[in-house]
Amino acid sequence: MAELDTSGGGKQKGGKVRTKKKAVRVDLTAMVDLAFLLITFFILTTTLNKPKAQELIMPDKDDITHDQLPVPESKTMTLLLGANDKLEWFVGKAGATPPKVIGYGKNELRATLIEQNEKIKASHNGQPMIVIVSPSAQSTYKNVVTVMDELNIVDIEQRAIVDILPVDIDLLKRDGLYK
Amino acid sequence: MPRVKVARKSTAIDMTAMCDVAFLLLTFFILSAKPKTADPIKADIPAAAISTTIPQTDFSTLLIAQGKVFFNVEGDDVRKETLRIMAEKYKMSFTPEEANQFAGVESFGVPMVQLHSFLAMSPRDRDKVPQPGIPVDTTNNNELFDWVHSARLANKLLHNKELKIGIKGDSQQVYPVVGMVIATLQKQKVDRFNLITALKSK
Repeated sequence: MAELDTSGGGKQKGGKVRTKKKAVRVDLTAMVDLAFLLITFFILTTTLNKPKAQELIMPDKDDITHDQLPVPESKTMTLLLGANDKLEWFVGKAGATPPKVIGYGKNELRATLIEQNEKIKASHNGQPMIVIVSPSAQSTYKNVVTVMDELNIVDIEQRAIVDILPVDIDLLKRDGLYK
Repeated sequence: MPRVKVARKSTAIDMTAMCDVAFLLLTFFILSAKPKTADPIKADIPAAAISTTIPQTDFSTLLIAQGKVFFNVEGDDVRKETLRIMAEKYKMSFTPEEANQFAGVESFGVPMVQLHSFLAMSPRDRDKVPQPGIPVDTTNNNELFDWVHSARLANKLLHNKELKIGIKGDSQQVYPVVGMVIATLQKQKVDRFNLITALKSK
């Protein structure tokens, strides 16, 4: 297939002396190599580069005033995101239980979430824990994404991002997580 | 005893068919590949273990880095229509040439008043010039609100689909700016959005 037809065609008239032509054969191996290399490159760059996203659903702001049932405070866990990649958490009302300062690592945040979830489930007839995330002005976007991711991993459906209260900022200031 | 002679064959394999197939595949992949577009500002996106894929069309990305907000909506037609709606809102007019330029601009962050001069630049200059970001504040009438609203209108008009919104934030971005963008979206009843993340293991 890769040979070119060089038979000269037809009868030779006029007795002209012609040099005998050889079949031209192109070696395509190198070309195929190159093509497959490029294919590999394109496959890898297109499929591995698909952007991923974490879904975030915020509570509807207008519905806050109606259709709401009171939630026992003992069921809620509040996470206050402070500066220097640290967060502070407490269960129930601010100040009722001693708040604890932890980091975002697997052994700290996730372990705490699992532990508290179990505790609250045990004391509230298996009802799941509600988590309130309050990012302070000195926390980073990464902190928020990490917290939401941990909540996804631990499978806590009931959570909300809420604006931080001045009381909570005071608490962060007291523990040195807010300047 | 006469030896059995094995006829020697040429070892050259005809590569033509293979070459055809390889180039056909190559053409397919090149055509289906979406060129990677450079963002006007560098954003180091945070990683998350649980994530979903985001759509390639009917999607708008809000890039947040260094306290600035950049806006992009997928699709040249949607972009053009968005600009038309925005021009109506702000009582500005854009020439067809400017509209065509705008359709090719991916992510941008200039206030409406600077848009004329921004579109007059060559694409190369546009990448170089520092962009101040789209004005956003806590009021009801900030420009980001209008951009997102216009893009949603345009997408609904052209594709009859709800525009999905993604937030691409820099890891080190302090939260209040992100919070302000989220509040702006919530003012127009957009309560679901995607936070664009990188992959990581659990």
